Amino acid sequence: MAEFALPKNSRIQPGKRFPAKPGAQKVREFRVYRWNPDDGANPRIDTYEIDLGSCGPMVLDALIKIKNEIDPTLTFRRSCREGICGSCAMNIDGTNTLACTKAIDDCSGGGVPIYPLPHMAVVKDLVPDLTHFYAQYASIKPWLRTQSAPPAKERLQSKQDRARLDGLYECILCACCSTSCPSYWWNGDRYLGPAILLQAYRWIADSRDEDTGDRLDQLEDPFRLYRCHTIMNCARTCPKGLNPAKAIAEIKKLMVERRT
Amino acid sequence: MNSPDSLRSPVKNARGLGSARSGVHHFIVQRATAVALLFLTVYLVVLLVSLIGADYSQARAAVGHPCNAVLLVAFLLAMFWHGKLGLQVVIEDYVHTPGRALACQLVVVFACALAALASVLAVIRIALGA
Repeated sequence: MAEFALPKNSRIQPGKRFPAKPGAQKVREFRVYRWNPDDGANPRIDTYEIDLGSCGPMVLDALIKIKNEIDPTLTFRRSCREGICGSCAMNIDGTNTLACTKAIDDCSGGGVPIYPLPHMAVVKDLVPDLTHFYAQYASIKPWLRTQSAPPAKERLQSKQDRARLDGLYECILCACCSTSCPSYWWNGDRYLGPAILLQAYRWIADSRDEDTGDRLDQLEDPFRLYRCHTIMNCARTCPKGLNPAKAIAEIKKLMVERRT
Repeated sequence: MNSPDSLRSPVKNARGLGSARSGVHHFIVQRATAVALLFLTVYLVVLLVSLIGADYSQARAAVGHPCNAVLLVAFLLAMFWHGKLGLQVVIEDYVHTPGRALACQLVVVFACALAALASVLAVIRIALGA
C-alpha cells in the first residue's frame, strides 16, 4: 500500500544547535536535515545560525558557509552554482528547488527548513539516491534515433521546428519535479515521472528524430505514462520555470491522435 | 527501491516488464463517458426537479416514458462505466500488494457491472410496464 507514515528509523529527532558568533549583525536560522548511514541513529534536524552579513545571497552560499566554517560533516551536492547542473536540488522552505538559485531573502520568515528531495532514499544528509531516476532516463533512450542514412553534414531543422523544443531542452534533470509528484512517490518504481516524460517528449517533438512511433509505444502504459493525474506540482516547483505537465499532456494527445 | 544486495542493474529495474502498450483506450473512454455524463447529469437533475411534488404513479409514468427511459439507461451505463474506470485508477495508485490489487480490481468490476445491470433492469421493467 501507499506509505502515509515514516518508518520508525526514519522519524526525525531534534538535533544540535550551532549558535551564531557573538557580534553577528543579521542572524538567520537554517534547519537542516541530517542523517548519517554509519552511526545507526535516526535522522535529526540541526539548527545553524548564520550571520547573513558575511554570507552570499543564496541558500547554497549558506550551506557552503556552514560546511566551510561551522560543520564540515554536512553533506550535499553542488557544482555549477548557477542553476545549470541541477546538482543542488533539495527541498528548501517547503519547495523543491535549486539551492544555488533560491535567494535566502525569498524564503518565508523564521528558520529556513532544508531537506533532501522528498520520497527518495537518502544516501547522506541532503544527498538523495537518484540511481533509479537516472536508469529511467536511460530507459527512454534519450538520443536522436533515425532510420535514414546519415547526411554528409548535420541533420537540418527549420526554425519553427527548433522552436518546438523551447521549454523542453532547458530541463537539467535536477529531479525537483519528479520528487514533488505524489504519483511518483506512490508508483515511482514504474511511473516515469514528470522529468523523464518531459525528456521523452523532447525527443518525440524533435523534427529530426524518426523513432516517434516506437517512443510512443514504449510510453503507452498505465504506469509509465498514465499515472500522471495533472496534479501540477511539477510545473509549480520547476526551478527552470518549465511545464512538464504540458509535455505529458502533449504525449497523451499524440496517443489519441494516432488512434483517431 | 533496490534491495542493497540486489545484483540487478538499475536499468533492468527501470525497464521492468516493458510497456503494456495499452492505456490510451482507458484514457479515451474515461473522457468520452465524462462528456456524456456532463449532459446526462444535467438532464437527470432537470428530470428530478420536474418530479418534485409528483406522486408515485406520476414518477413511475415519467421514468417509463421512452425518452426518459433511454436517457436514464444511458446515464446509468455511463456513470457505472466511468465509476469503474475511476476506481481502477485509485486502486492502481494506492494498492501495491500484487494479490490484493488484482482482488480489488475484480471486486470493482463485479460491483459496477452488477449495479449497472440491476439499475438498468429496474428502468426497463418500469418502461415495459412489468
